[in-house]
Amino acid sequence: MHKEPDALIVKKQDWDGYCLLRLKTETIASESQPGQFIMVRPSENLHPLLRRPFSIHSVQDDCVEIFFLKSGIGTTLLSQRSEGDRLDILGPLGKGFHLENALPGRKVPLVGGGRGIAPLYFLAQRLRELGGLPCIFYGGKTLSDLPLKQKFEKDHYELYVSTDDGSFGFEGFITDLFQREFENLSPSCLFSCGPEAMMRKLALVAQERSIPAEFSLESIMGCGFGACWGCVRMIKTGSKEEWVKICEEGPVFTGKRIVWQDEES
Amino acid sequence: MTDLSVDLGFMTLKNPVLTASGTFGYGLEFTPFVDLNKLGGYVVKGLYYDSRKGNPPPRLVETASGLINAIGLQGIGVKKFAEETLPRLRSYDTALIVNVCGDEDEEYAAVVEYLDKQEGISAYELNISCPNTKREGLCPALSPDTTHAVVKLVKQTTFRPVITKLSPNVTDIVEIALSAQEAGSDALSLTNTYLALAIDVEKRIPKLANIFGGLSGPAIKPLTLRMVFQVVSRAQIPVIGIGGIMTGIDALEYLIAGAKAVEVGTANFIDPQSTLRIIRELEAYCETNGISTIEEIIGTLKV
Repeated sequence: MHKEPDALIVKKQDWDGYCLLRLKTETIASESQPGQFIMVRPSENLHPLLRRPFSIHSVQDDCVEIFFLKSGIGTTLLSQRSEGDRLDILGPLGKGFHLENALPGRKVPLVGGGRGIAPLYFLAQRLRELGGLPCIFYGGKTLSDLPLKQKFEKDHYELYVSTDDGSFGFEGFITDLFQREFENLSPSCLFSCGPEAMMRKLALVAQERSIPAEFSLESIMGCGFGACWGCVRMIKTGSKEEWVKICEEGPVFTGKRIVWQDEES
Repeated sequence: MTDLSVDLGFMTLKNPVLTASGTFGYGLEFTPFVDLNKLGGYVVKGLYYDSRKGNPPPRLVETASGLINAIGLQGIGVKKFAEETLPRLRSYDTALIVNVCGDEDEEYAAVVEYLDKQEGISAYELNISCPNTKREGLCPALSPDTTHAVVKLVKQTTFRPVITKLSPNVTDIVEIALSAQEAGSDALSLTNTYLALAIDVEKRIPKLANIFGGLSGPAIKPLTLRMVFQVVSRAQIPVIGIGGIMTGIDALEYLIAGAKAVEVGTANFIDPQSTLRIIRELEAYCETNGISTIEEIIGTLKV
């Protein structure tokens, strides 16, 4: 874990509603694992006050990338930064995906919904380096929610796309497309990040098909390194269920350990 | 070289910068960032006798220059602290203050009784002011009588110094400060968080699962500063200021108002090295202004 108070923004990409920043940080880049995250300070002023957590979207040489939806004051301010600006970041934080379940030669589905696609690009990069066969399931409400589609295509990943409104690809939920393709893929495991309802459904599918599955959870975080106890989720450890800090023990958990939130929440 | 040490009467701190309970974990979380030896001291997360489950999430919401939390004092309990954490903290040469919690007065006494048998603790801070564990912020620090009772019981139990942490959610904090002093408290820390509410207007629900939480951060600094000044003007025991300290200047405001030391809280989340920066900024201020010992500026507000 390193504090990098002056990480240079070396590249910025902007889409309708989404943004990608590439930050130069040799120490953090060299230690990052897929599924880990960084905490970014959106402002040097006192409002907004807290850092924001972002999963590491990719590692390129001595840089890390973050990809996010502009959804509040923090992400909006970050999206207004330019190449050449500097950001105060902490990382890498948390525990990432376990790649040992991804058997060489077997397909490994990575299922992302909306901004939840962010950590899966880095995971795909790493799986490929290790001889795995990642295939990307990328779902959104509509085509404009899939800004990274071209990036995955350019890198020749096996890509399955869905939109709720049918504006591109399969019409419906990415979970339905995934179930349709399951037999063809015969995967050895599953990795996912996205909306709660999507991940809960995938956890059920993984359980029915008896394959290990890991999910990256998200929460409002006060610090990102275990001090504030603000980011908890109900997690099973053996027969015990307790509030566990996502920042420290997660953000990635196996599907079996997660107590999924109610439909309405 | 400025002498930053401050004398609380019952102990001397190497500098006036402590950490606020609940914002510094059990200390070890910060060792990648902070050499604990450089701090005036650190106050570890509140301990009940047994481990504590805490409140359901969402536990945090950010507001204008502030943070509302309703963690609910989730924690490991005294035994695990004594067996697993404390041995790793003993090697640090600075004041370790343990924040003590209880559902009843007797639990506070049981916690200090257990910890009294452990070496390496400099003092206790009595958390009689957490707004997040009972309905609508109920806690002993809301009245002089309940404050007096718990402080007296703990003082009868322990041989170690006791710092009583007061609540700002009261009509007259001076009355409660004097009650804690009368019951034998060795010092006061002002204050815990401010009972607060934030609302999601789309869903028309509170933003915290606990409904209410405690507000901290820069937003509260002027409010707590006022209370510190009022209390030091009347109390004889030392006061530690807590609330919205992000910089050396913020810490100086508390010291000039009369606080003998400060606790840095929310700033630890944003910049885990903020305590060290604040110490450097205090030192720089003293050097620039020809102040040879930091005690010279304590309580020097001209009114």
